[in-house]
Amino acid sequence: MNAKNPSHSMESCNENCANTADLSISTLIEGMLAENILSTPEKTERDLEVLMERNQEGDGWNEPTDQVIPSGYQQMVQQPVNRRTAVKIVAAGLLAGAGLFQTACSPFASAEAREKAQLNWEEYFKGNFRLMSDDEKEATVARLERLYELNTGKHLNISAANALPGVLYGYAFNISKCRGYMDCVRACINENNQDRKSGMQYITIHEHKKGQINFEHAEDDFYHEVPQEGHFYIGTQCFHCENPPCVNVCPVKATWKEPDGIVVVDYDWCIGCRYCEAACPYDARRFNWADPVIPEEEVNRNQHYLGNRLRKKGVMEKCTFCIQRTRTGKNPACVEACPTGARIFGNLLDPNSEIRHVLRTKKVFRLKEDLGTEPKFWYFMD
Amino acid sequence: MKVLIGFIKDAVISVTSGSLKYHIWMAFLTFLMLCGAYAYSIQIKNGLIVTGMSDGVSWGLYISNFTFLVGVAAAAVMLVLPTYILKDIDFSRAVLIGEGMAVAALVMCLAFVTVDLGGPARIWHLIPGIGLFNFPNSMLSWDVIVLNGYLFINLTIPLYILLWHYQGKEPKKAVYLPGVFISVFWAVAIHMVTAFLYAGLVSRPFWNSSLLGPRFLASAFAAGPALMILVLGVIRRNTDYWVEDITLNKIALVTTVAAQINMVMLISELFKEFYFPTHHSLSAIYLYFGLDGYDGLTRWIWPAVIMNLIATIMLTLHPLRKNPFFLKLACLILFVAIWIEKGMGLIIPGFIPGPWGKIIEYTPTWIEIVVTAGVWALGLFVFTLLVKIAIPIELGQLRFHQTATNQP
Repeated sequence: MNAKNPSHSMESCNENCANTADLSISTLIEGMLAENILSTPEKTERDLEVLMERNQEGDGWNEPTDQVIPSGYQQMVQQPVNRRTAVKIVAAGLLAGAGLFQTACSPFASAEAREKAQLNWEEYFKGNFRLMSDDEKEATVARLERLYELNTGKHLNISAANALPGVLYGYAFNISKCRGYMDCVRACINENNQDRKSGMQYITIHEHKKGQINFEHAEDDFYHEVPQEGHFYIGTQCFHCENPPCVNVCPVKATWKEPDGIVVVDYDWCIGCRYCEAACPYDARRFNWADPVIPEEEVNRNQHYLGNRLRKKGVMEKCTFCIQRTRTGKNPACVEACPTGARIFGNLLDPNSEIRHVLRTKKVFRLKEDLGTEPKFWYFMD
Repeated sequence: MKVLIGFIKDAVISVTSGSLKYHIWMAFLTFLMLCGAYAYSIQIKNGLIVTGMSDGVSWGLYISNFTFLVGVAAAAVMLVLPTYILKDIDFSRAVLIGEGMAVAALVMCLAFVTVDLGGPARIWHLIPGIGLFNFPNSMLSWDVIVLNGYLFINLTIPLYILLWHYQGKEPKKAVYLPGVFISVFWAVAIHMVTAFLYAGLVSRPFWNSSLLGPRFLASAFAAGPALMILVLGVIRRNTDYWVEDITLNKIALVTTVAAQINMVMLISELFKEFYFPTHHSLSAIYLYFGLDGYDGLTRWIWPAVIMNLIATIMLTLHPLRKNPFFLKLACLILFVAIWIEKGMGLIIPGFIPGPWGKIIEYTPTWIEIVVTAGVWALGLFVFTLLVKIAIPIELGQLRFHQTATNQP
């Protein structure tokens, strides 16, 4: 069956899904385990405990936002009240001034055009999403929805839902089950409104020759029938590191780790310096080198501010574990699309979740663990 | 206040009047800047897709030039240090030129970073107070601070000295000396911080080396003074502003030592990468020899290495260094060699191969090249303006008059 052909049958894989890992691979992994290269379930449990403790402590930024929070500008400035007020007045003055200017300069412009200009202006001067109060989040979402309506006549449903309490997302990938069908890749593109023109993908499926796990020798762009004899498949995407290098380097805090562990980007705050892309050891970040193109009928209208809402040129984007789905209790699109059941997603803080079962019972490992990035993305074999 | 207005008026008159050669030079730079602006407008309209960069190599010619010019700016300190602190009188005439060079280099640095941004309209997010500044976590936020701070220092000190000379007064050491001390440390800081910008990335083994910072300094203190020698040569030929041979010789000595240290560090780097090549040496292998049939950078790095070697040998040999022609030739070769080494030879290979071993090559597009030329023209333009103001004042031709500010 062809890797790029979406219309494959489920049956063919079901026969193979039960297969355990190839003998040579398991021997190899056993050897690695003996040399203590890979994590054992016990070690993973220990790691998890550390992760959970850290999550409960919080680091100030990641605290759940149920308390009353001042406005974005105020939070940013963190100055005595008179200065706060001054900033607020300046901002309000700018907004009012812009409105007046628009009206004065375009007496013949339609009400719609004026509204659009006003909304664009307010959007330009809004603050960082993380610092917005819930009211401000609703306001910007309403503006974005209205702007889209003015531009296309179609309605969007953008969510600004915060992280659910007591949730820390984790992901596991079963190397023995993945057969390289790429259904996850296609589902991801459709779900997350990725640029069709450049063929942007968050997920890369690497085709490895059996007998070694060496990504340099793996084939990342295969256009042949899968599964290929003598090969196995490993998918990579954003690992949502607990210690993400990309977040550290951003000069404007446009990217951060949410309380539920998802590393997100505020597309309207990003200045496009691409430092995060250089800092990511996992090739997880994608830049909009041009204006993204998505056919109007293919746009996924169920969106999240930090997730699959439409991006513009010059900003960074990445996998968000389908934040628009997962925060409503659904699985990410890749997990749902995978016909072999190689992808497992769930709440690391729930001892009864499938992901915890995998971490408890399987010999799991993570990629480039030596860098200390603490990915929340594990690999295992049956 | 009156003095300042007079100064600005005289400065405007000074920069707008000059020989035909001067006007042609400025017109040429303006033309280049306009070309750059046109190319940049295409980039703004279509996005960074018009450059050769991609998700594989996400920084290119712009950031390469930025990195190199930080070094040029930092090197101004090599002239500031002896003049003000060691009271080495020889350097005093050269130092204003050096600071002007630093200002021009910093203007170019800031311009290169700006043209590299995907969303230049949102640059206000970087301004502390109204934006959100990731300090001290992001090395880029450190860089924004040190570069702007250095620009401020290098604008204020010469401005103070020039304003006082303009009034025919002797500037007070107590006023400007503390600033000079700060700028000495600051110059080292701008280059180290810029090196840390890359050295801090665990994802890129080619940059993630403790030698990167020191090597940046060594190459900066070679390239900066080398450019200085060339510029002083031009100034000596075209104006009455005479810089003594002994000054040039001292600057040449600085260049020589820095170039020699740079060579030692290069050898140290090559040894580490190639004695027992590992997975982490792949970028170096790609850079020097090509990898899996891709060898886009070998044609850049080998000329750079050879030119570096030739220039260092020329500078090391006393008879050649003492000869003005060979000195200038060596400086030119050295400057170009380090430009390649710090640009195409450092930034680009850091991205190749990618985190999963994939090789995506990079070639700058004409738009990138034209924008880059435009930014260089901007820098030269700024430098020429600064020199055009400073020289008549330093020569005593331009002085403040209470009544008439219109002086030749």
